[in-house]
This record gives sequence, C-alpha cells and structure tokens, in this order.
Amino acid sequence: MTSSSEGLKVVGTRPVRPDGVDKVIGRANFGADMVMPGMLWGKMKRSPHAHARIKSINAAKALALPGVKAVVTAADFPDIASEEAFMGEGPMNFRDLSRNCMAKDKALYDGHAVAAVAATSASIAEEALDLIEVEYEVLPHVIDVEAAMADNAPLLHDDLFTQGVEPKPTKPSNIAKKIGFNKGDIAAGFAAAEIIIERRYTTQPVHQGYIEPHACVVAVAPDGQCTIWSSSQGHFMVRAYCAKLLGTEIANIRAMPAEIGGGFGGKTLVYLEPVALALSKKAGRPIKMVMSREEVFRGTGPTSGGVVEVKLGAKKDGHIVAAQLALKYQAGAFPGSPVGPGCMCGFAMYDIPNVAITGYDVVSNRPKVAAYRAPGAPISSFGVESCVDELARELKIDPLRLREMNAAKDGTKTAHGPTFVNIGYLQTVEAAKNHPHMKAKLGPNQGRGIASGFWFNIGGESSAACHINEDGTATIVEGSPDIGGSRASMAMMAAEALGISYERVRPVIGDTSSVGFTFLTGGSRVTFATGMAVTQAAEKVVVELKRRAAMIWDISPEAVEWKDGMAFPAGQNAGNFDPLSLADIALKSGRTGGPISAEVSINAQGAGPGFATHICDVEVDPETGHVKILRYTAIQDVGRAIHPSYVEGQIQGGVAQGIGWALNEEYVYDKNGRLDNPGFLDYRMPVCSDMPMIEPVMVEVPNPRHPFGAKGVGEVPIVPPMAAVANAIADAVGTRMRDLPMSPPKLRAALDEQNPPRMAAE
Amino acid sequence: MSKHHVTTTINGEPMEYLCEAQQTMLDVLRDELGLTGSKEGCSSGDCGACTIIVDGDIVCSCLMLGVEAEGRAVTTIEGVANGDQLHPVQQKFLEHAALQCGFCTPGFIVAAKALLDSNLNPTEEETRYWLAGNLCRCTGYDKIIRAVLDAAEEMRAEAGR
Repeated sequence: MTSSSEGLKVVGTRPVRPDGVDKVIGRANFGADMVMPGMLWGKMKRSPHAHARIKSINAAKALALPGVKAVVTAADFPDIASEEAFMGEGPMNFRDLSRNCMAKDKALYDGHAVAAVAATSASIAEEALDLIEVEYEVLPHVIDVEAAMADNAPLLHDDLFTQGVEPKPTKPSNIAKKIGFNKGDIAAGFAAAEIIIERRYTTQPVHQGYIEPHACVVAVAPDGQCTIWSSSQGHFMVRAYCAKLLGTEIANIRAMPAEIGGGFGGKTLVYLEPVALALSKKAGRPIKMVMSREEVFRGTGPTSGGVVEVKLGAKKDGHIVAAQLALKYQAGAFPGSPVGPGCMCGFAMYDIPNVAITGYDVVSNRPKVAAYRAPGAPISSFGVESCVDELARELKIDPLRLREMNAAKDGTKTAHGPTFVNIGYLQTVEAAKNHPHMKAKLGPNQGRGIASGFWFNIGGESSAACHINEDGTATIVEGSPDIGGSRASMAMMAAEALGISYERVRPVIGDTSSVGFTFLTGGSRVTFATGMAVTQAAEKVVVELKRRAAMIWDISPEAVEWKDGMAFPAGQNAGNFDPLSLADIALKSGRTGGPISAEVSINAQGAGPGFATHICDVEVDPETGHVKILRYTAIQDVGRAIHPSYVEGQIQGGVAQGIGWALNEEYVYDKNGRLDNPGFLDYRMPVCSDMPMIEPVMVEVPNPRHPFGAKGVGEVPIVPPMAAVANAIADAVGTRMRDLPMSPPKLRAALDEQNPPRMAAE
Repeated sequence: MSKHHVTTTINGEPMEYLCEAQQTMLDVLRDELGLTGSKEGCSSGDCGACTIIVDGDIVCSCLMLGVEAEGRAVTTIEGVANGDQLHPVQQKFLEHAALQCGFCTPGFIVAAKALLDSNLNPTEEETRYWLAGNLCRCTGYDKIIRAVLDAAEEMRAEAGR
C-alpha cells in the first residue's frame, strides 16, 4: 500500500466529520442522554472521611422510604483475589478496581463510594442517601507523597509490601513499588562531567477535566443478560471489567458506546457501571446513574502529583554525558501511578550514554489516579526540561542548540530498551529554530521558553468490518469510541483504499456484540491501529471486488486492476471491457457469490513514537503574579496527518491542558483530608480569555508500518507545556519556578523573595 | 412533593409542563421535555454546557429553576437551526473542526448565537471574553474562536446584501 503523499485523494483533506451535524444541533446521544422504560435513578453515598474503617452500614431506613427500590454495598459484589490485568492505559488490579468502585472494610479517601441506592426519582434517591447509616472509625490520614513515604505514616493497606526492593520487606508500607532503568555507568558519567546541576521539582495532581461527568444507563434482565449504555473510552473494557467485578461471563454483557464528552484517559476504567448493574439486578429495573461535578472531583482519578529530582552532567560544550532522575508519584488510594512511563519518557528525547532512573509508586488518601494523556510523562518532563533549560543558561548555550546537540535520532538506544527508528525529533527542533516565532520581539516582563516532549504511542488489538451496500456505498463498522473525530479518519482511509468518495463511506462504532474485540481508545492508537484494521478490511474488499469483476468478464482475477473505485481490465490482452464501478459490481453481488464484506482483527505492531518541541511566550504581571500566555507554537512529528484539522485539534487541546496544569490547576485539601475545591470555580481550568491562538506545526516523518504513514498524535502535545511556560517565566523575570502550579500567589511570593519589597515608610 | 404547572414558550413553541419546585430548568429540559441537547457539566454555573437564551439573555439553565420559565421565551440548542438549515455558527463549527468530543458544543453555539445577535462585528478579544463562561477541555478554543469570527463575517456579508 503506497504511503506517498502524491496520489492520495482523500487522506490529507479536511472533510466535515460524519457525526458533526448531530453534535452542532444537540441531537448526539451522550451517556446521560439515554432513557430506558421503567428506569430508576441511582445515586452513590460517599465517605466524608479521608481514611476510616467502615464498622457497619444500615440501610433499613432508606429502604423504608417510598420510592426506594434497592440499596447495594460491597456485600453485593463477589470477593475478587488480587489479579493484574493489562486492559487499560496502565496497570490495573481487579481487586483494587472493585474496592475503588465500592469500598470494602475501609474508606480510603473523601468521596470513596460506600453504598448506592436506586429510587423512582433523583430527588428520592438523594433523600435516601441521607437515610443510609454508616458507622465509621476515623483513622489518621496522609495526603502528601513524601509524608506517605515516611516511616511513621498512616498505612492504607496492611497487605501492601514494597515490590522491587531487596531484601523483601516484612513491614507493610505506602510505597507500593520501586522501579529503575539504567544505561551505561552513571558514576563514571558524572565523574567525566565538567558541569553538574541538580534540582528538585514538584507537581500537583490535576484532573483530566472532561466536561461530561461519568454517566450510564444499564439493565439486567431476569436471565442475567446485561445491557450497558455508557460513555467510555472502551466499551470492550467496560464489558470485561463489569464481567469480572460482577462475576458473570463476558458474553452475558452487551456494552454500547454512547458519544463521549471527553476522557483524556479518565474514562479508561469504570466507576458507575458495576454499581448500576448490581442495583439493576436487585431492583429488577434499568438504572440510570450520572455523577455530579463534585463527585467527579471527589471520586474519580486525577493524575499523580509528584516529586521530580533531576541531576545532569555535561561538558562545557553542551554534550550531556550523565543524567539521573528520581520520581516519587502519588497513586492515590490504590497502587498504580504512571511512574513507569514517567521514568521512561524523561530523557527519551536525548542520546545520553549514562542514565540512571528510579521511580516510586506511593499510595495516599486521595482518589485512585487514572490515566491522563501521556500518563506520567508531563510530570517527569516538567522536571527534566526545566533542568535542561537551567543547564543551557549556566552554559550560555541556546536551548534549541543544546537540544539539537543531544537529540535522539534513528539508531539511538533508549534507557528503557527499544532503539528508535523513523523518528522525527530533530526535525521538530529544526522547525522550531526556523520558525518566525523565534524572531518575534519581546517587551518588558516578557519571555520565551522552549521545551520538548516524547510519548511512546501504542498499537494493539482492533477489529473493523467493511460492508459494501447494494448501491455501492460502504459501511465501516469499527470498535473505537470516537473522542476526537477519529471516525472521520476511518471513513477517509477506507474511501482512499476503496477508491470512492468520502461521502459514500459511512463509519459506525459498533457495540461489543456487533464488531470484533477492540482495545480501548487511548495511547494515541486509534488512527494507527484501528485505521490499520479499517484499511486492511477495505483492501480485502477490493480483492473481492476484482474477483467479482473477473467473474463478470470471465477472465482471471490477476487480469483485473482496481483504480479510483473502478475495475479495469489490466492491459490489452485481458480483454476489451468497459470499466465496472463499485456500484455496478455491488448491484450484481447476489449473482456473483453473495454479499461483499470483510472483517479484520489485528494486533497492530510498530506504532511510531511522538516527539514535539514547543515555543511559549509569556508576560508576567509583577504586581499580581499573573502569567499571560502571549504566543504558543507547538511543533510535532505526526507521521502523516490523515485529517489535518483533527490533528491540529489534538495539538491545540493538549497544549491548553498543559497550560492549565502549569498555571492554575490543583487540589486543595483541608486538614481533615477533605477536598475544598470540587468544582470548576475553584479548580481553575483555562477559559477562552486565558488563551491565545495556538499555532500547530505538523512535521511529517511517515511511519512505514502504517498504510498511510500515520503516527499517534494525541498525547505528546501535553508533555512540553509546563516546562515551556516555566522556562518562559524564567526568561521574562529571572525567577525559576520549580513547583506547580505557578499560580499568581506563588509567583508573587517568588518575586518578593527575589526582590524583597521595601517596608512602608512609618 | 407536589408539582408546579408552568406555561412557557420554548424554541417558538408554546409548552406546558409539571415540575418539582427544586428542579432546575436544565432538569426540566432534559428529564421532562426530552430536550437533551443542553448538557449538565457542573450544576454550578461554571462550565456553560447548559447555556440557553431566556428573553434574549444567555443563562446557565442549571442556575434557573424550572418554574422561572413561566411566561418567558426560551431558546435552546434545538431551536438554533431553522429546520435543516444550520445557523452560520453551526456551519462554521463544522467547517473549522471547532468541536472534538462535542459535549460543550451546544452551550458554545447558543452563547455564540447570542453574541452575534447583539454584535455582528466582535473583535477576537470581545469574542473570547463573551465566551469565557463556556468551558472546553478538548480544543484549546482556537478553532472555536475562528469559527465564530468567520460566522460573524458571513453574517455581516448577508446583512449587507
């Protein structure tokens, strides 16, 4: 399959997405938009304590309230042994997932679900929650990651022993595991360095911030057949997790993908569906459960906050000869922070001969973390890219030049194992150097920051079917929930392979009973892996179309060519036949062998990693500490942009999230470990007026393993912004901010420290 | 809980409904009237996903009680298009790819329509501040602003005809 850009008719263009009209008129159905006849409303009761033993739960008064039909607690879920399963974006333990959905024995964070009720109206369900009596024994709690690691910290799990340390510990700990990656000889590396800088950076947990709260409508029939309607990043994941948590067989569950209002990794697991199913089974009716925004903040995974300790050793000419990284990441109430990817991504942009990386996964009394766009990488990159900038300043070398000098290229072996091939990092640095943004003039209190980023991107299992309809139009059925416009790209790739126009291809996201197994929408995998499955299915159909044409002409299939959606005899010797269009062949399909269809299931290998280099201009208001983003340019190697508008959209969206992470977003806990800001007023995400236009620059270094050269694009853009902003602030006012978020009060305090204010005259 | 009877006009149609005192206008639209285009993002008036127009002003329907619609004229996302004729803002959103997940889109479109109903020539800054009450987590706002400014240009040209 050719991947040269000449000759492509659909791929690379910008058609209107097929689900677009529904979304601009409000007709598209999201998780909370579904109704099922006879449905009840489900509501969750949540712990008000950060850490407590659950002594008893008495639901008698709630059940006596007219309109209440069922109450469930952990007692209604089977006991699950500790079992790892790689189903999501990161490690997942089914026992922990079950206990996160419904607390068993202990409440481990403010907001942890302890019971649920189903009633005939939302207001009755709310009233019933207050009637459920829970007796707690409040325990000391711990929030901060280093406090949780201390010897005398309150322990969350008495069966959690630190993995990865020798000798094996006998005392439980909040440190779930220690990991490491090494390359070369770190001691020798630092010994050979002419300059060493060592710095400590910290970040706070931030929420994915999807505007759509979690929602589902489910029904369990008397014969145990389950129907789930929910918005998720993977309905096959929803099906598998619910089967496990409820102790039923996978075939008994049909999970339907609602349109999803944002996920960014936060919807790659379940919270409501298993509980709603348990309620439905007990009440004998469908159940609708929708989270409030407060519940989303108190009860669903943010990403980790962490401590990032970086030590760089370099020659005076700028070559980095040794690099050390220590990461301490919060996992929330159960193990499973993205400290692994954080470790692997930190130095991935660079070719450094001696590297030593250590990571700690630490539990504390906060909601269990979930994946958030390039999980783990933005945190370690904030530290590394800030430190690289500090090194550049010490050596008086231009930050782009320093990156160019040390850039990873094809053939560079990473600290975590793989050797890079077909990568485009250097190309992003070159593009940054030559971009007009670099020449824009800066005024007082304005500064420019540069930062780079990396993300692996994954392939994985996807299925897709291509069906030719009787009139020559095509239907593509695929299994990847569309979180950003991917179904348009699926239709485009199929149209390109079939040689017909985009408007004659209709993509559909099939439910778990209607399409083959597809791994979740995450890891920047859909255009790569599902796109590969879609293209292969379309190509199989083309083989069949040629065979049918051959049958109609009574010649050999080898003598048929397919071009621009038509079958042609291949040369003079094949015969003198008029071309047959796809529609012609479709019309005759019943007489030439039956329906023309192909389904493909693959485990896509060879995903190309993403690299980016960002340029950020800021203006700091020295009086208020407010940071304004003046201009932002995000340069990224995208492989090949299938639908350039949606690739640009991924870049712009990731940048905006990174800016929020850098400047304002954080969780504020009171002294009882309760969340003070579970809402959008005080959990401050960027709004329109905070942002300038964001210029995405797409560099294309195609990935030959994808039929059109595509690489994943969604996650890399969130990796550089925090350091880009911090580096710009340092450039603007000479203040180095090492603790996120760089909010106005913190910037003001740092500026005061730098230039102590004069005392007021007496 | 006894219910209140409300008579109002929604998207140009006379409507009546029963609702509990504490039900918000958003609850009524979504759960009583089947108008699920307006979305619930936060219930505290901070995200704008529930934006509607009431007697010409944009309002977060989550901050309004269902009973407050009595005697008023309400426009929701479902009333922005004219049959199958999209409003220029809707058309430009599609052309500019100004939506990714689409959840915030109804709120933005209603708010943008209200802006252009009052001012056909907003600057980029005016547009950004008008729409600052609508949160989007997917797009970074760039294509949304471009779409609204482009719609304004088209509507100015139409008005000039």
